Amino acid sequence: MTASVITFTSGKGGVGKTTTTANVAVALALLGKKVVCIDGDIGLRNLDLVLGLENRIVYDVVDVVEGRCRLRQAMIRDKRLPELYLIPAAQTRDKNALSPSDMVRLCDELRPEFDFICIDSPAGIERGFRNAIAPADQVVVVTNPEVSAVRDADRVVGLVEAEEKGPARLILNRVNPAMVKRNEMLSPEDVLELLAIDLLGIVPEDENVIISTNRGQPIALNGKTRAGEAFHNIARRLNGENVPLMKLDDRQDFFSKLARMMRSGGS
Amino acid sequence: MIMQRRQAVTIKGVRDGLLITLSEGSWEELRPALLQTMEERLGFLKGARVALDVGDHLVHAAELGALRDQFSEWGITLYAVISRSPVTEQNAQALGLATRLSTPRPERTIRPLESHLQGENAILVQRTVRSGFKVSHHGHIVILGDVNPGGEVLAGGNVLVWGKLKGSVHAGMDGNEQAVICALELDPTSVRIAGFPVTLPPRKGKSEPQMVRIEEGRAIVETWKSKK
Ligand SMILES: Nc1ncnc2c1ncn2[C@@H]1O[C@H](COP(=O)(O)OP(=O)(O)OP(=O)(O)O)[C@@H](O)[C@H]1O
Ligand SMILES: [Mg+2]
Repeated sequence: MTASVITFTSGKGGVGKTTTTANVAVALALLGKKVVCIDGDIGLRNLDLVLGLENRIVYDVVDVVEGRCRLRQAMIRDKRLPELYLIPAAQTRDKNALSPSDMVRLCDELRPEFDFICIDSPAGIERGFRNAIAPADQVVVVTNPEVSAVRDADRVVGLVEAEEKGPARLILNRVNPAMVKRNEMLSPEDVLELLAIDLLGIVPEDENVIISTNRGQPIALNGKTRAGEAFHNIARRLNGENVPLMKLDDRQDFFSKLARMMRSGGS
Repeated sequence: MIMQRRQAVTIKGVRDGLLITLSEGSWEELRPALLQTMEERLGFLKGARVALDVGDHLVHAAELGALRDQFSEWGITLYAVISRSPVTEQNAQALGLATRLSTPRPERTIRPLESHLQGENAILVQRTVRSGFKVSHHGHIVILGDVNPGGEVLAGGNVLVWGKLKGSVHAGMDGNEQAVICALELDPTSVRIAGFPVTLPPRKGKSEPQMVRIEEGRAIVETWKSKK
């Protein structure tokens, strides 16, 4: 086994990196994959909350890197799933407690035992961002259909290109089809035209995301919600399956144009 | 005798091979002298291209033909017969031989052709200039990709974007007011030419390739149309 390291990043804050990392990881685990998440947002840890694992934290990633514990001891297993683990961020340290090479070493140690390593990047393009993308095999850029978020996503896509981390792929989060219809929101086509990268998936705006996050029950875990389904589709695409884009709107034609923008192979 | 023969026949190198010149005298004497000299010097002559200068002598076609054949048996090519006698000259021409040594042409000087155009310094950027990225160069800039909002292009010369120009661009930044900006789709956040801010007229209809320049401080936007 040698894991694929996927980093979720965005540039702009609050667009849904943590939500996406948690739910994609859960969905991959539900596919029977062995998955570990690393919270790269040192000082502002969140991933544990969204996964509902906060109260089980003993050691964190900085403890591992600084040798206060073994890697195993910092890995929290999610008991709801067969093989999902979390390595939490340190809450009381800052981003300089880790270096890009620490992250590369950590991932190299984890790689043989997992199928996927999902890294939640902090916002911005500084040290925390560089730590998060250093070990990445694939970079997924998360954005909202907002001009400022897309602008930052563009910057991050350029930085990922400059780091030769391969072409980044896009998750467009919080799309509201009704608003797009009324021309009140950038359409997925607008965003894709500007960023010119492959689309990995579109996640609709869905209040269930907030509800489930507050309960520490990632939306991908249970029930049928539109956002949950979107995360499952993304996980299957990351797993190499060819999954067509789901319809977010009752009207048939809404995302049909986008289907053509997806490369065959679902990526 | 030998001395005489030697004088009767002289051999020298010319541009296209060797020139054998016969002196004055009766053809009946010169002919065997020629053949003998050549036979003696076969080691040197073998493989050579030879022109034969027979002076005033009138030589019949049959004789010229016989000489040519004899030469070729020795591995020598008779390519020309030179004579002041028009009859000999004609005979030679009838045999397909040249009757003139090509005059050495002066070495041709090779000048660059007029059709070879000189260009100017430009850099080629084969990627999209994304937000927060900048390309600057004192020559011209060619971008094979888009210039996204937040991307910046600064050129001493012209800027040519084979893609969509949506970022900010400054052409002729060192003061060149002749500088132009071209793009397949022109929808920039800001444009300057030679330091002057340029306001583009609002775009109407579908986007087409356009060129912007300034003339007396005014922006001129031309749409490129293929001429059919
Ligand atoms: N598809 C969605 N529908 C509704 N709400 C969403 C959706 N995705 C994310 N949210 C909400 O948006 C907020 C920000 O999400 P999240 O914390 O995942 O962003 P982030 O990019 O990780 O932020 P930061 O940059 O601070 O780390 C959260 O309250 C989350 O519940
Ligand atoms: Mg986050």
